[in-house]
Order: sequence, then structure tokens, then C-alpha cells
Amino acid sequence: MGKKSFLGGIHPYDGKAFTMDKPITVHATKGELVFPMAQHIGAPAKPIVAKGDKVLVGQILGEAPGFVSANVISSVSGTVKAIEKRLTSAGRFDEAVIVENDHTYTSVENFGVEQDYEKLSKEEIRNQIKAAGIVGLGGAGFPTHVKLSAEETKIDYLIVNGAECEPYLTSDYRLMLEEPEKIINGLQILLKLYNKAQGIIAIEDNKPEAIRILTELAAKENNIEVRSLATKYPQGGERHLIYSVTGRKLNSKKLPADVGCIVDNVYTIISVYNAVARQIPLIEKIITVSGDAVNTPVNLRVRTGTSYVEVLEAAGGFSAQPEKVILGGPMMGVPLFNLDIPVTKTTSSLLGFLKDEAAVEESACIRCGRCITKCPLQLMPYKIAEAAMRSDEEEYLKYNGLECCACGCCSYICPARRGLTHAIIQTKKEVLDKRKRA
Amino acid sequence: MSDLFHVSAAPHTRSPITTKHIMRDVVIALMPASLFGIYNFGLNALLILITTVTVCLLTEYIYCRAMKKPVTTSDFSAVVTGLLLAFNLPVGLPLWMAALGGIFAIVVVKMVFGGLGQNFMNPALAARAFLLISFSDNMADFAVKQISSPKVTDYILHGAIVADGVSGATPLQMLKSGESINLLEKLIGSVGGSIGETSALAIILGGLYLIFRKVISYRIPVIYILTVVVFLLLFSGEGADMNYLTGQILGGGLLLGAFFMATDYVTSPTTPKGQILFGVLLGVLTGIFRIFGKSPEGVSYAILLGNILVPLIEKVTIPTPFGKERAVSGK
Repeated sequence: MGKKSFLGGIHPYDGKAFTMDKPITVHATKGELVFPMAQHIGAPAKPIVAKGDKVLVGQILGEAPGFVSANVISSVSGTVKAIEKRLTSAGRFDEAVIVENDHTYTSVENFGVEQDYEKLSKEEIRNQIKAAGIVGLGGAGFPTHVKLSAEETKIDYLIVNGAECEPYLTSDYRLMLEEPEKIINGLQILLKLYNKAQGIIAIEDNKPEAIRILTELAAKENNIEVRSLATKYPQGGERHLIYSVTGRKLNSKKLPADVGCIVDNVYTIISVYNAVARQIPLIEKIITVSGDAVNTPVNLRVRTGTSYVEVLEAAGGFSAQPEKVILGGPMMGVPLFNLDIPVTKTTSSLLGFLKDEAAVEESACIRCGRCITKCPLQLMPYKIAEAAMRSDEEEYLKYNGLECCACGCCSYICPARRGLTHAIIQTKKEVLDKRKRA
Repeated sequence: MSDLFHVSAAPHTRSPITTKHIMRDVVIALMPASLFGIYNFGLNALLILITTVTVCLLTEYIYCRAMKKPVTTSDFSAVVTGLLLAFNLPVGLPLWMAALGGIFAIVVVKMVFGGLGQNFMNPALAARAFLLISFSDNMADFAVKQISSPKVTDYILHGAIVADGVSGATPLQMLKSGESINLLEKLIGSVGGSIGETSALAIILGGLYLIFRKVISYRIPVIYILTVVVFLLLFSGEGADMNYLTGQILGGGLLLGAFFMATDYVTSPTTPKGQILFGVLLGVLTGIFRIFGKSPEGVSYAILLGNILVPLIEKVTIPTPFGKERAVSGK
């Protein structure tokens, strides 16, 4: 039986073999920890501690100032060394709280104390999730409590995104193998909020072991099923995942809730479980450290705020000076020019490559149309990019440039090596900024 | 740890297929027809092939150097143009005319419009049209000229033919004058015609290779050929006469045009719907030209005319983006 899937998409070299069989190991944090206040979409958190304050594991350092925002929480105990601007993965100097680790890991009251979430009201569950500072951990960092504010009657499906379609990334895969019960229980917590909804755990079919384990567990639940998806990038993109699972399509202006869906990443669901059942806020990330420039590729459990310099050391460092280092996957990840930045909620990998595959000479467009056939949104990337390069906004909009999801398929497949995605996304930002100002 | 790494926009990985790979695949796909042309027409076919390919490459090289632009000859596209141009020439054409065609294709049709990707017409076909207008007699002469003692200068100036070459009228000329033709000969291609158009088998082999390697989509060639068939059934007055129909499909430049010229990336629509529309348009035009035109063939002009309409076709066939359809509800 063929699996329902979207049109377009690509099959890049997946590189997952480096770390797929490496169990998650815990990294013991060393020196200072840096907590940027902007680790999510929406308004940055406001620091509520001051220099010299003693802080505990699980203590709120920065408070969400509005609805679309999230708390930033300390992952260690220690002293606030400074509140200053530090370089972040966004490539900016953002306000951050710097904490000196005292290595005692003294936590706030009730931290890690299990509670019977069956007895909690919907209101209490939502509050716990909000307080725990949980955001979408697939990359975009959309605050989870905002998604969960959708009306109960509107939602038909709660989808756990276990596609992990980006090459090299294996952190979600390892979590599905190692903590499957937490995924099931985390999903049950959300299903309490939306008890008419069906829970679906969607996994690409290149992860048969994860599918097997979760299918076994889901068989005991009457409202959860596991769905195997075709392995194809960008299967884990929200719009594509929803289509593959439900057949419902949404455009750039619609939210998943508009078509009756809420989608959460595997680790987001586990974080929900941790927050609600164990009273542990979001203070750790699973980071895949991989690529041909890394000595011993690993999956690491890391406290947020830890420097990537430490993360790299835990993987044995670089075997040689890499040409390119990326946070996130090769398709949509952020390139770094140095490693002196902290682990935040939204990054799930550190990749080092001996060769920069993107550093290739661009030649003339030959109108081969590959960008059109591979575009998972049925756009005409070469036309949109041409309009973008000419700053022709009218033409850009006519060819639906704003629909682009930045997946990178067009640039990946372009035989002339043109930077299509970049041109399209750049102009999309400009157009949207202009509209915001207007 | 202050080492600096490369920074560039995502994606950070690229498919290994480049423009060069694609052009090389096209050259490979053109090999069966090239080899058959040489087998069928002899040494002079080889000379014409070498002439057009060399002239196209050289012209592009000189043009780039003279205009102080980056030299683009390494992308193989000039080789493709050279081969396709030779495919469209009668074997008796003097070499200097073939060379002139090559220069015209590269300079006038390709480079002055900005080079690869910028031309609005297929360079090989436009050059053929240019030669047809300029040297109508030579271009329509498919007869073998026997020369007792061939001299190199004869090749260049008059176009000599080796003694055992295939001669005579093309299948389409025969069909036009009411004669019937042998189907098997047509399929294999041991008949008169342009160098690369006679063997249906060799062309289909190359075409299938391109489809298999995903260089081209089946849409344009299949729909083009089907449309011609339907059009001829309806309007040729020959009805479902199998000899006539197969002669029309296998004869002349239809297969060559459908697989190799109509699918030219630069001058054909990039949208899936546009490719269907383009195939139908070419089919109808070819039908009109073949039935009502004075000359028996019409593929070249159908494609050239179609090329001009490509921007319009693309404009009216912009695909509907994912999720932009009106109905969103339901499963």
C-alpha cells in the first residue's frame, strides 16, 4: 500500500547512520551558562533576577511578558554573574542571563516530584505547560501554550511529529526508542485537553524500530495510533505532515488549528510530560553532534545554556578544521562562524563538515523546471527568485512567493546551483516587515 | 575556539547533479542517432557532425573571450546545439554552410540574448530555418551526389557523398506524393532524410534514456505525438490508414523534434500544465503545416512558433500552491 504523501520533495543523503545507534549520554555541565531571553517566536522574556542573585535549578530567570512568549528557566543552580548581550544562534547579540554553575544542582521546591496528572484540571495542565517554558522544539520555537489555547471543539487530531526528516538528526529517533512511554503519556495529557481528538504519532518509515516500539505501546491506548510516513524531505514540515496524516491542506496564512490539528515535536511532548507529571520545566535538550568533521558523533543530553564549545568537546572535538558548522540540519540549519554560543530550546544538533557543499559556483538558470517539480508547495521557485533578485514585488506576489516554507528543496536540486531559497526568503522577510510597519 | 567557519544561507547540502551532468546526458542520448546517421549516410555525415560541434564550441569560446565574459563552453550546451543542428541537415550540405549555421545558432540565437538559459528559440532549429531560407536548394536536396574521386575541397564547398550512402526522397515527400513506404525501413531508418532524423529506433532509444534519467518529462513528447496522430486522423483525409499514419509519425523530424527539440529546457514551458498545453500546441501546428503547407514537414516551424508562445503559456499555467485551493475541510 502506497502511503499518502505530498507532491514534490527530495531525498538527500541522510547521514543518520553516524548517530542512529548511539544511546543518549548525559553531559555534565562545566563553567558558566548563558540563557538568552529570546529562545522562541514572540516577545523575548524579561529578566526577573539581578546580578549576584542565587538561583536554583528550575527557577525562572526570564518571565514571558505577553501571551506569545515563554519563560526562560535556569538549568543549574548558582549565581547570576551578569545580565548582558551575548551572541546567540540567531547571529545576534541578545540579552542573556549568565549563571555561574555551583555544581550542587539544588532545585526549586517540588522539582521532579511526581504528581497524578489525572487529577489536574485542564486549566492547571495548561498553566503547568506555560510555566515550564515549553516551546515547539522542532526548530521554530512557537510557544506550546499558545497552540494549546485552541478551542476544544475545533481539534480533531493531536499529531506527534516524529518524522525527523532533516539529514543527520537522530535526537528524536533516540527519544522514541529510549523514552516511548513518556511520549504516550505526554500525548495522553494533551488528549485530556482535547478528549474528542485522536492522537497520532507520525514517523517516517526509515525508523522501523521506533515505529515498532511505539505501535506496541499505542495498541494499549484506544485513542492513539502510530502512522508510518513515506521517507521524504520535508515530511516533518508542519503543513506537509498534516496533509500526509489527515489529507487536509493549509496555506501560509492558516494555522494547524484552522484545520483541526495540533502538531507537536517528539521532545515537546516529552517536555509536556515532564512538566505536568514530574514538575520539571524545560531545562535540557537532546543534541545530535555529527558530521564528517566530528571525532565521535553522539547524541547528548545537555542542559540549556551550555556552550557549544563544551558540546563539541563531549564529542571528542573536530578531527580537522571544518569548513562549515551548522546548528540544525543541513537543509534548514543555521551556519555558525564560531562555537561560543549557548544551547537553547530550539536547536537539536551541531554538525561539522570538512567540506562546504553549498560553497559552489552559481551558473545561469537553464529553466530545467526541477525546482518546480521538487517544490513541496507547488510553487515556481525560479520565477519567484528572479522576481526577488529584481526587487519586483508585484511579480513576487503573483508567483505566490509568500507561500514559501524555506524548506530548501529548490536550492538543493538546482543544477545551476542557484541560491533560490535564500533569495525567496529574504524578500519574504522584507515584504512581511513592510506590511507590519504599514 | 575562535576559529572561523564558512557561513552561507541554507540549505547547506546540494544535489550532485549539475548543469554539466544534464548536458552530458543529452549528449549520450544523442549518440544512437549520431552513430546511425554516420552508418546510414557514411563519412560525410561524420564530417558534418564534427563541423557543427566544433564550430559551435569555437564560436561560443571566441564570443565569450571577445566580450570579456566568463567562458561557458565547459557546460556542454554548445555540443548539444552542434549535434542537434547537424541532425537537421541533409548529408549533402557543403560544410561551410553547416559551419555558418553553427555560427548563427550560437551568436545570433544564443549569445546575444545572454547565453545559456536566455535564448527564446531553440538555436539549432532557428539555424536550420536560417539555412533553409538562405540555401533552399541545398537544404532540400536529399539526393546522393556521386563523386568519382572525392577531394577535401569538394567536401567543404559542394558537399560530397560517399558512394554507398542512402539516397532519394524523404518518407514525408513520398507520402505527400501518394507513395507508400516500408514500415520496417522507416523504423530502423535506412531511408533518406536529415542526418539525425531517419532512425525512429535510435531516437526513441535516446528519448527513453532521457526520460529514464529524469532529464526530461514524458509530457511534451508523448502529448505532442498523440496530438499529431489525432489531428491527422481528423483532418488528413486519409482516415485511419496505418501506412500513412506510421509514416507520418516515424518519418520526418517528428520524433527528433518531440524528444530532443520540443523538450529543450530553455525554450519550453517549465510548468507541468504548460508542458501539456505546449505539446498540444505543437501537435496542432505540426498537423496544420504538414497537411496544408507546401513543404511536407512542419516540425521545425511548429516548435519555433511554439517557443515564442512559451512565456504566455507559462503565465496562464502558474500552478496553484499547496493549500491555496478553496476547499480545505474534510478528509
